[in-house]
Amino acid sequence: MTKARRIYEKIVTGILFSSSTITSFTVILIVVFLFREGIGLFNSTPTEKNYVIAVSRQNTIPIITSNELADIFNQDITNWKQLGGSNDSIIRLTLNDLSGIFTEEELGPNLEYFPQKLNEYVKTTPGIILYLSKEYIPKNFAGRIIPVKKITLLDFTFGKHWYPTSAPIPQFGIWPMIVGTLMVTFGAILFALPFGMATAIFMSEIAGSRLRNIMKPVVELLAGIPSVVYGFFGLVVLVPLIQRLFGLDVGETVLAGSIVLGIMALPTMVTVAEDALHATPKSLREASLALGASELQTLVRVVIPYAKSGISTAVILGTGRAIGETMAVLMVTGNSTHVNYSFLQPTRTIPATIAAELGDTSFGGVHYNALFALAIVLFLFTIIINLSVEVIKNRNKGFNQPR
Amino acid sequence: MMSFVVVAILVIILGFIAVRGIGVISWEFLTTAPKEGMTKGGIFPAILGTGCLVIGSMVFAFPVGILSGIYIHEYLMENWWKKFLRMMTNNLAGIPSIVFGLFGMALFVNYLKFGDSILAGSLTLGILTLPVVIRLTEEALKSVPDGLRLGSYALGASKIQTIQKVVLPVAFPNILTGLILSIGRVSGETAPILFTVAAYFLPRLPESISDQVMALPYHLYVLATSGTNMEETRPMAYGTALVLVSIVLIINLSASLLRRQIQKKTKMH
Repeated sequence: MTKARRIYEKIVTGILFSSSTITSFTVILIVVFLFREGIGLFNSTPTEKNYVIAVSRQNTIPIITSNELADIFNQDITNWKQLGGSNDSIIRLTLNDLSGIFTEEELGPNLEYFPQKLNEYVKTTPGIILYLSKEYIPKNFAGRIIPVKKITLLDFTFGKHWYPTSAPIPQFGIWPMIVGTLMVTFGAILFALPFGMATAIFMSEIAGSRLRNIMKPVVELLAGIPSVVYGFFGLVVLVPLIQRLFGLDVGETVLAGSIVLGIMALPTMVTVAEDALHATPKSLREASLALGASELQTLVRVVIPYAKSGISTAVILGTGRAIGETMAVLMVTGNSTHVNYSFLQPTRTIPATIAAELGDTSFGGVHYNALFALAIVLFLFTIIINLSVEVIKNRNKGFNQPR
Repeated sequence: MMSFVVVAILVIILGFIAVRGIGVISWEFLTTAPKEGMTKGGIFPAILGTGCLVIGSMVFAFPVGILSGIYIHEYLMENWWKKFLRMMTNNLAGIPSIVFGLFGMALFVNYLKFGDSILAGSLTLGILTLPVVIRLTEEALKSVPDGLRLGSYALGASKIQTIQKVVLPVAFPNILTGLILSIGRVSGETAPILFTVAAYFLPRLPESISDQVMALPYHLYVLATSGTNMEETRPMAYGTALVLVSIVLIINLSASLLRRQIQKKTKMH
């Protein structure tokens, strides 16, 4: 071999090697970026930048949580006693309430005298809570700026309210989306499992090779249809159908999402399960038949138990396909962020939430961070699914080795 | 019986879209830009945009994917490193498309400052298809009999010569099938392009790779959900859906025809 040749081969090998690392590199990069943007949520207070929450000096409450703040501004909490403070009823003050408290002359042009007036007002009002831009807070402020507790993982995961844009305090509880995602996915599997398994069994056990040659492309075509087309189909056909069938106000429901996702998960399930059934050694079947078992008995007692791990892989992969699906679900489930445990109510899944809201966020804002944190949750779901597939595969390897 | 439901579902969906959409399709629909709040005109910019994205993503995904597939299959022994690479590829394949969209937005659009552009969208889509290309390349290489490789070695060829002159020519048709399939996948994706490239409404054609474009799947989504005049945009949506489905199906069908052709050929040998 010439020297030039050897160098050339070295270079080619190097290129091949570096290409092969790109996928791993990308996965790591994805994780890094998701966490980089998502973790910001837990380091920031949920109020808008440059805005502060302040109370009277007499107020004894040291720190306030965002849920308490939301309750205060929704008027669900009306007395500081409810938060463990003194017995003063809460008086809210935001920029919108000014005209009710001060006259226009008192405020002056461009709110010039407002900081001054604010100081006087705060001094005489022990129950006050104000939410204002920093520019209105005077230097010798008579009140006390109260820190807002940072969002905790617990609030984020189990919070029941998702109001990412509400003022003065947005709320980032993803429980409604977790419930929505799990319900839609569960429904999809419930729908896809019987049809998928029946099809897989039919294709590998019952159908002749000619029928099989028709079914296989059909399943592949079903897999090839873009998700947005499924969504569109669901929107114009399924949603009105469900609405009429159950006499609902809106047809965009968990049920609609489940059916559409079920259809979308079918091809994955059928293909994987069929492969598993097909891989059952002929000798096992023949032995069973030779012992006098019928075709059906062979199928139920021999083939399916043998292909069990392949079938569970099929179900898990189908789940994976369903859980991350975005566009179709976004179009048919009605985009409600309330916690909902009924199949006939609208809901919203994690991916759909990201797709629906990311366009309206500002880069680096709390809402932006929250959506990335949501993506981390979704990412964790899929990683769990992938890992369980690996585990099942590895367990199966030991089981199938010739003894 | 239940398995026929699967066939029925396909027939119903395709039939429905074909019947409703066929009346909308005309030469004008395919070659002009949308007009009057997307109630009239055509979808040409969207078709062209999807074309740009497919080409752009393939420019990235094909070389990287094929080279990576070759390395994993031809060079690595069954050891932990190969297992690790496989696992990472599977993980990448399992990540939901919307997460790719987020990632593309964070890295390409915001961090590398590409902005909403064909470049950012193509790279995002390219990464999305990478695992598919790798897996299909591996499958194709697997179908090359070991005897050919050994024969080549026995004649004194080096590893790279063997791959170049023997393995790749034999595996090529199968690799091609895989590539066509991945094109089909890319042309239908919506979620990854939402925040990286897709324009809501942009009747002019893109001039460079830093331009935004319209894309067929996103256009369908827009027409289906956010039109101001639902009654009048519906026919346009049916037409767009039909065009999109036809493109994807034609791509997939040509891939499976090609595969059948190859199978016939190999049987003859």
